[in-house]
Amino acid sequence: MTTTIRLQGEAFDAGAEAALLTRGRTDIGAVVTFTGLCRADENGEPIAALTLEHYPDMAEAEIARHVEEARARWPLLGVTVIHRYGRIAPGEVIVLVVTASSHREAAFAAASFLMDYLKTRAPFWKQVEKVSGKTSIEKTWVDAKATDDAAAERWSAPPPRREAAK
Amino acid sequence: MKLLYFAWVRERIGLTEEEIDPPAGVATVGELVAWLTQRGEGYAYAFENPRVIRTAIDRNHVRADTRIEGAHEIAFFPPMTGG
Repeated sequence: MTTTIRLQGEAFDAGAEAALLTRGRTDIGAVVTFTGLCRADENGEPIAALTLEHYPDMAEAEIARHVEEARARWPLLGVTVIHRYGRIAPGEVIVLVVTASSHREAAFAAASFLMDYLKTRAPFWKQVEKVSGKTSIEKTWVDAKATDDAAAERWSAPPPRREAAK
Repeated sequence: MKLLYFAWVRERIGLTEEEIDPPAGVATVGELVAWLTQRGEGYAYAFENPRVIRTAIDRNHVRADTRIEGAHEIAFFPPMTGG
Protein backbone atom coordinates (compact mmCIF):
# COMPACT_ATOMS: atom_id res chain seq x y z
CA MET A 1 0.00 0.00 0.00
CA THR A 2 1.19 3.51 -0.80
CA THR A 3 1.14 5.78 2.25
CA THR A 4 1.98 9.46 2.23
CA ILE A 5 1.78 11.58 5.40
CA ARG A 6 2.86 15.21 5.27
CA LEU A 7 2.66 18.14 7.66
CA GLN A 8 3.38 21.39 5.88
CA GLY A 9 2.90 25.13 6.07
CA GLU A 10 2.11 25.62 2.39
CA ALA A 11 -1.12 24.81 0.51
CA PHE A 12 -1.58 21.61 -1.49
CA ASP A 13 -3.44 20.63 -4.67
CA ALA A 14 -6.03 18.00 -3.69
CA GLY A 15 -6.61 16.87 -7.28
CA ALA A 16 -2.91 16.45 -7.97
CA GLU A 17 -2.44 14.45 -4.75
CA ALA A 18 -5.31 12.10 -5.66
CA ALA A 19 -3.94 11.67 -9.18
CA LEU A 20 -0.50 10.88 -7.76
CA LEU A 21 -1.95 8.13 -5.59
CA THR A 22 -3.57 6.33 -8.53
CA ARG A 23 -1.01 7.00 -11.25
CA GLY A 24 -0.02 3.83 -13.08
CA ARG A 25 -2.38 1.69 -10.98
CA THR A 26 -5.07 -0.54 -12.43
CA ASP A 27 -6.08 -2.31 -9.20
CA ILE A 28 -7.70 0.80 -7.64
CA GLY A 29 -11.41 1.07 -8.34
CA ALA A 30 -12.38 3.81 -5.87
CA VAL A 31 -10.74 6.98 -4.59
CA VAL A 32 -12.30 9.18 -1.92
CA THR A 33 -10.82 12.66 -1.48
CA PHE A 34 -11.77 14.77 1.52
CA THR A 35 -10.54 18.35 1.71
CA GLY A 36 -11.10 20.52 4.77
CA LEU A 37 -11.22 24.26 4.07
CA CYS A 38 -10.96 27.35 6.23
CA ARG A 39 -14.36 29.08 6.51
CA ALA A 40 -14.76 32.84 6.89
CA ASP A 41 -16.78 32.41 10.09
CA GLU A 42 -16.51 30.63 13.42
CA ASN A 43 -19.67 30.29 15.54
CA GLY A 44 -21.37 32.90 13.36
CA GLU A 45 -18.59 35.47 13.81
CA PRO A 46 -16.50 36.59 10.83
CA ILE A 47 -12.82 35.66 11.06
CA ALA A 48 -9.69 37.01 9.36
CA ALA A 49 -7.73 33.75 9.52
CA LEU A 50 -6.97 30.57 11.45
CA THR A 51 -3.58 29.76 12.92
CA LEU A 52 -2.83 26.10 13.56
CA GLU A 53 -0.32 25.13 16.21
CA HIS A 54 0.92 21.53 16.26
CA TYR A 55 3.23 19.08 18.02
CA PRO A 56 5.23 18.02 14.97
CA ASP A 57 6.74 14.66 15.95
CA MET A 58 3.65 13.41 17.72
CA ALA A 59 1.29 14.60 14.96
CA GLU A 60 3.17 12.57 12.39
CA ALA A 61 3.32 9.51 14.68
CA GLU A 62 -0.35 9.76 15.63
CA ILE A 63 -1.51 10.08 12.02
CA ALA A 64 0.69 7.11 11.06
CA ARG A 65 -0.88 5.02 13.87
CA HIS A 66 -4.37 5.81 12.60
CA VAL A 67 -3.44 5.07 8.99
CA GLU A 68 -2.18 1.68 10.22
CA GLU A 69 -5.45 1.12 12.05
CA ALA A 70 -7.42 2.04 8.92
CA ARG A 71 -5.33 -0.45 6.93
CA ALA A 72 -6.11 -3.15 9.47
CA ARG A 73 -9.86 -2.45 9.22
CA TRP A 74 -10.34 -2.00 5.47
CA PRO A 75 -8.65 -3.40 2.33
CA LEU A 76 -6.91 -0.16 1.33
CA LEU A 77 -4.57 0.26 -1.62
CA GLY A 78 -3.39 3.78 -0.85
CA VAL A 79 -3.69 6.58 1.71
CA THR A 80 -2.53 10.19 1.62
CA VAL A 81 -2.92 12.51 4.60
CA ILE A 82 -1.71 16.12 4.47
CA HIS A 83 -2.30 18.55 7.33
CA ARG A 84 -1.24 22.18 7.25
CA TYR A 85 -0.04 24.33 10.13
CA GLY A 86 0.57 28.04 10.52
CA ARG A 87 -1.68 30.87 9.33
CA ILE A 88 -4.50 29.85 6.96
CA ALA A 89 -6.89 32.36 5.36
CA PRO A 90 -10.59 31.71 4.59
CA GLY A 91 -11.01 29.69 1.41
CA GLU A 92 -7.63 28.00 1.78
CA VAL A 93 -7.15 24.26 2.31
CA ILE A 94 -6.35 22.91 5.80
CA VAL A 95 -6.41 19.14 5.57
CA LEU A 96 -6.51 16.40 2.94
CA VAL A 97 -7.38 12.73 3.27
CA VAL A 98 -7.27 10.53 0.17
CA THR A 99 -8.13 6.83 0.43
CA ALA A 100 -7.97 4.31 -2.38
CA SER A 101 -9.38 0.80 -2.53
CA SER A 102 -10.72 -1.63 -5.08
CA HIS A 103 -14.31 -0.75 -4.06
CA ARG A 104 -16.00 2.35 -2.72
CA GLU A 105 -17.21 1.13 0.69
CA ALA A 106 -13.69 0.76 2.10
CA ALA A 107 -12.54 4.07 0.63
CA PHE A 108 -15.52 6.01 2.04
CA ALA A 109 -15.33 4.39 5.49
CA ALA A 110 -11.56 4.78 5.84
CA ALA A 111 -11.67 8.46 4.83
CA SER A 112 -14.43 9.13 7.36
CA PHE A 113 -12.58 7.21 10.09
CA LEU A 114 -9.32 9.07 9.45
CA MET A 115 -11.00 12.49 9.52
CA ASP A 116 -12.85 11.70 12.75
CA TYR A 117 -9.58 10.72 14.40
CA LEU A 118 -7.63 13.66 12.97
CA LYS A 119 -10.15 15.99 14.59
CA THR A 120 -9.93 14.50 18.07
CA ARG A 121 -6.57 12.71 18.40
CA ALA A 122 -4.01 14.47 16.18
CA PRO A 123 -2.18 17.19 18.18
CA PHE A 124 -3.26 20.33 16.33
CA TRP A 125 -4.90 23.39 17.88
CA LYS A 126 -6.80 26.06 15.96
CA GLN A 127 -6.68 29.69 16.90
CA VAL A 128 -9.10 32.18 15.40
CA GLU A 129 -7.92 35.62 14.32
CA LYS A 130 -10.89 37.91 14.64
CA VAL A 131 -11.81 40.64 12.21
CA SER A 132 -11.38 43.97 13.93
CA GLY A 133 -10.60 47.53 13.04
CA LYS A 134 -7.92 47.68 15.69
CA THR A 135 -4.23 47.50 14.86
CA SER A 136 -3.71 44.72 17.41
CA ILE A 137 -4.76 41.26 16.29
CA GLU A 138 -7.15 39.48 18.63
CA LYS A 139 -6.72 35.71 18.75
CA THR A 140 -8.80 33.12 20.58
CA TRP A 141 -8.45 29.33 20.81
CA VAL A 142 -11.16 27.22 19.22
CA ASP A 143 -12.96 24.96 21.72
CA ALA A 144 -13.11 21.23 21.02
CA LYS A 145 -16.58 20.10 19.95
CA ALA A 146 -18.50 17.30 21.66
CA THR A 147 -19.89 16.35 18.23
CA ASP A 148 -16.35 15.60 17.03
CA ASP A 149 -15.74 13.36 20.06
CA ALA A 150 -19.00 11.56 19.37
CA ALA A 151 -18.05 11.10 15.71
CA ALA A 152 -14.73 9.51 16.68
CA GLU A 153 -16.37 7.41 19.40
CA ARG A 154 -18.59 5.55 16.93
CA TRP A 155 -15.51 3.80 15.50
CA SER A 156 -14.50 2.34 18.86
CA ALA A 157 -17.53 0.03 19.02
CA PRO A 158 -16.40 -3.52 18.30
CA PRO A 159 -16.92 -4.52 14.67
CA PRO A 160 -19.88 -6.84 14.07
CA ARG A 161 -18.94 -10.49 14.40
CA ARG A 162 -20.44 -13.48 12.72
CA GLU A 163 -20.05 -15.77 15.73
CA ALA A 164 -23.22 -17.50 16.81
CA ALA A 165 -24.41 -16.84 20.36
CA LYS A 166 -23.64 -19.70 22.73
CA MET B 1 12.61 14.76 31.83
CA LYS B 2 11.48 17.30 29.28
CA LEU B 3 8.03 18.88 29.49
CA LEU B 4 6.35 20.44 26.46
CA TYR B 5 3.35 22.78 26.52
CA PHE B 6 1.01 23.61 23.64
CA ALA B 7 -1.75 26.10 22.79
CA TRP B 8 -3.34 27.82 25.81
CA VAL B 9 -1.43 25.60 28.26
CA ARG B 10 1.78 27.05 26.76
CA GLU B 11 0.41 30.59 26.92
CA ARG B 12 -0.72 30.32 30.54
CA ILE B 13 2.56 28.80 31.74
CA GLY B 14 4.60 31.12 29.54
CA LEU B 15 6.98 28.41 28.34
CA THR B 16 7.15 26.12 25.31
CA GLU B 17 9.30 23.56 27.14
CA GLU B 18 11.42 22.98 30.22
CA GLU B 19 13.55 20.35 31.95
CA ILE B 20 12.25 19.16 35.31
CA ASP B 21 13.27 16.71 37.99
CA PRO B 22 10.17 15.94 40.04
CA PRO B 23 10.50 14.56 43.59
CA ALA B 24 10.29 10.80 44.20
CA GLY B 25 6.66 10.89 45.33
CA VAL B 26 5.47 12.07 41.91
CA ALA B 27 4.75 8.80 40.12
CA THR B 28 1.81 9.39 37.79
CA VAL B 29 0.67 12.01 35.28
CA GLY B 30 -1.99 13.18 37.73
CA GLU B 31 0.59 13.59 40.50
CA LEU B 32 2.90 15.48 38.13
CA VAL B 33 0.06 17.89 37.29
CA ALA B 34 -0.62 18.41 41.02
CA TRP B 35 3.09 19.08 41.62
CA LEU B 36 3.34 21.50 38.68
CA THR B 37 0.25 23.38 39.88
CA GLN B 38 2.14 24.44 42.99
CA ARG B 39 5.00 25.95 41.00
CA GLY B 40 3.35 29.28 40.31
CA GLU B 41 0.38 31.28 39.16
CA GLY B 42 0.77 30.41 35.47
CA TYR B 43 0.86 26.68 36.23
CA ALA B 44 -2.13 26.94 38.53
CA TYR B 45 -4.05 28.77 35.79
CA ALA B 46 -3.05 26.25 33.09
CA PHE B 47 -4.05 23.27 35.24
CA GLU B 48 -7.05 24.86 37.00
CA ASN B 49 -9.30 22.22 35.46
CA PRO B 50 -7.04 19.16 35.21
CA ARG B 51 -9.76 16.99 33.68
CA VAL B 52 -9.62 19.10 30.51
CA ILE B 53 -5.86 18.73 30.07
CA ARG B 54 -4.60 16.05 27.69
CA THR B 55 -1.21 14.41 28.16
CA ALA B 56 1.23 12.55 25.92
CA ILE B 57 4.26 10.59 27.07
CA ASP B 58 6.90 10.13 24.39
CA ARG B 59 4.35 11.11 21.73
CA ASN B 60 1.58 8.72 22.81
CA HIS B 61 -1.71 9.76 24.40
CA VAL B 62 -1.86 8.67 28.06
CA ARG B 63 -4.27 8.97 30.99
CA ALA B 64 -3.90 10.67 34.37
CA ASP B 65 -3.13 7.36 36.10
CA THR B 66 -0.25 6.50 33.70
CA ARG B 67 3.13 6.20 35.46
CA ILE B 68 5.78 8.69 34.35
CA GLU B 69 8.83 6.60 35.24
CA GLY B 70 11.21 6.35 32.28
CA ALA B 71 9.47 9.10 30.29
CA HIS B 72 11.74 11.30 28.19
CA GLU B 73 9.17 13.80 26.94
CA ILE B 74 5.82 14.63 28.52
CA ALA B 75 3.50 17.04 26.72
CA PHE B 76 0.47 18.86 28.16
CA PHE B 77 -2.17 20.42 25.93
CA PRO B 78 -5.87 21.25 25.57
CA PRO B 79 -8.31 18.98 23.69
CA MET B 80 -7.27 18.88 20.06
CA THR B 81 -9.00 20.93 17.36
CA GLY B 82 -7.28 19.96 14.12
CA GLY B 83 -8.71 18.61 10.90
